[in-house]
Amino acid sequence: MKLCFFHLMPYQDLPDNFEKDYHSVWVDAPNSLFDPEKGHRMYNDFLDELEYAEAMGFDAICVNEHHGNAYGMMPSPNLMASAMIRATSKAAVVVLGNSLALYNPPVRVAEEMAMLDVMSGGRLIAGFPLGTSMDTIFGYGQVPATLREKYQEAHDLVIKAWKEREPFAFNGKFTQLRYVNIWPRPYQQPHPPIWVPGSGSLETWDWTIDNDYVYCYLSYSGYKVGKTILDGFWDEMERKGKDFNPYHAGFLQLVAVSETDEQAQEYKDSIEYFFKKSLHIPAGYANPPGYRTVKTNASAASNTTMQSRSKQLSDFTWTDYLEAGNVIVGSPETVVKELTHAVKELRVGNLMVLLQFGDMPKELAMKNTTLFANEVMPHLKDIWSEYETRWWPEKLTDAAQSVIR
Amino acid sequence: MPETLNISLRGGEFEAEVLKDGSGPPLLYLHGAIGQKGWAPFLDTLAKSFTVYAPYMPGYSKSTGLEKLDDVADLTLYQFELLDALGVSKTHVVGHFLGGMIAAEMAALSPSYVDRLVLAAPAGTWRDSDPVADLLSMTADDLQNELWSSASSSMSLSPADFEANSNLKAELAADRMQDLTAAGKFLWPIPDRGLKRRAYRIKAPTLVLWGENDRIIPPVYAEDFTRLVTGSELLVIRNAGHLLMIERAEVFAAAVSKFLNQD
Repeated sequence: MKLCFFHLMPYQDLPDNFEKDYHSVWVDAPNSLFDPEKGHRMYNDFLDELEYAEAMGFDAICVNEHHGNAYGMMPSPNLMASAMIRATSKAAVVVLGNSLALYNPPVRVAEEMAMLDVMSGGRLIAGFPLGTSMDTIFGYGQVPATLREKYQEAHDLVIKAWKEREPFAFNGKFTQLRYVNIWPRPYQQPHPPIWVPGSGSLETWDWTIDNDYVYCYLSYSGYKVGKTILDGFWDEMERKGKDFNPYHAGFLQLVAVSETDEQAQEYKDSIEYFFKKSLHIPAGYANPPGYRTVKTNASAASNTTMQSRSKQLSDFTWTDYLEAGNVIVGSPETVVKELTHAVKELRVGNLMVLLQFGDMPKELAMKNTTLFANEVMPHLKDIWSEYETRWWPEKLTDAAQSVIR
Repeated sequence: MPETLNISLRGGEFEAEVLKDGSGPPLLYLHGAIGQKGWAPFLDTLAKSFTVYAPYMPGYSKSTGLEKLDDVADLTLYQFELLDALGVSKTHVVGHFLGGMIAAEMAALSPSYVDRLVLAAPAGTWRDSDPVADLLSMTADDLQNELWSSASSSMSLSPADFEANSNLKAELAADRMQDLTAAGKFLWPIPDRGLKRRAYRIKAPTLVLWGENDRIIPPVYAEDFTRLVTGSELLVIRNAGHLLMIERAEVFAAAVSKFLNQD
């Protein structure tokens, strides 16, 4: 089992009445609400938290990309990865990732990720999300009907840029370049492992499987909803005749660990801030016409996501979040039990945990991380030990590590 | 009753569904971003004096080939090929919203095809001070409300018209995902796609029509079109919203007929 520490870098100081007074946390939340001095402290706290996670033994530290978003302040995850790489040496660095269609030309992604890979000495895992509709359609003005095609063309260009050893020309529909010739090229050969976050689109399942990438479901809805999505993915794998390997999939889960189940009430405010404010997203932004195909919109997986999301946003209470599995919370014993159950149900080998969320203070995030690393992680590490991952930086695999030792 | 023509273009790359009725000089009606839901009453009125062709654009209803059209130029060329296939060499063109934008492009790119031009709340320009509504982030409910002059306007309709309008609203909402997927390709994120550089070529006599209470493209945009198209006339229809040809069908059809029948 690979245990990965994920950070969204949320703005932590939204007004009390934010979800009532403002239309959305994303796209149109005015940046007058952002206080740069507080932002300065938050960025540094968050980097401390990520670096601490490495020191505590997490296999990977993860960042992601959002635009115009008050719960994810990383329009450029590459900048954060760069800072983390200089302060760490053992963990994989998962950039999950760069929304390929948003970069012009997309060789920029090939270049920056190659830089990160070389700087880290081959510790990068490259994530290629299509990007949410808030980021791509509304924030970056992409045309829904052609977004996926543009993304796939950009992907082909990036992969070719990583693999080719001579300059080449690229005559695409969305990008035309006379000379593609990236310096540096990646440290890992032919390129870093690739993970693709998705939200249940049938097209993304197909594409990820056909390219033999890791499929990640980053949901805040918890593992019970996640099971619908991942079951769909595994069914598709089987339909395509692929061998099962839990490391072919990743899942993100919010986790909060305290000394006892009762003590875990200390996370209540952060959980409510996260679900009420951070996920305050109006329906009109979440699924604009053309973003998903007609086929996906009609699918069960898509309905599950949409319904669970709108339900959470309206009138969930603390107990509802726990019952629905949005957050796995409690004593180490409780958390081990539930997480073990979850990863086995989901059949995922790459577990990403969100241990800082909402307006959780740094001390509490550090405590959560410490308790998770010391008292939960040891019980999860050996799950799936009968499988090997081929989607991990080679120099960080167990075999490579034992040679170094 | 209009007939439905199924026209195959470019050896089957496009299948166009075209509604046709009436007699007299040809009139091409190009629908807007939210499509057309069958044969509307204003088309019936126009069909008394004209042979009306009302195609569904690619991506709408059963018309195919959207994925082969990358931009406004492609969609405009498509209209010429459709006219060729229909055996129409010159026609009046009436366009609403997206269709108005394409009608103007047709008149600019190939003036010889276009007899007289009617632009009803056309897209194609942009004003920072009065942004065009963001159709993509509207829910079905938002859309149903914003398309009309005001929520109360439907109250003044006869029971039959009220029911017809309610049915239309429901159809608009149901087809919204499909229709706006197509429209997004030509209008999103900003509908200014260069018409202002080409509009000087429009030679067809032009009538610009706008609903006084249009909440999708504010009536102030009429100024852009009267400025861009030399000699064009403007008529603002009172108590009408974005769907002026539905809400004020008789006024709309009368104004269009009168304009097209001038020499």
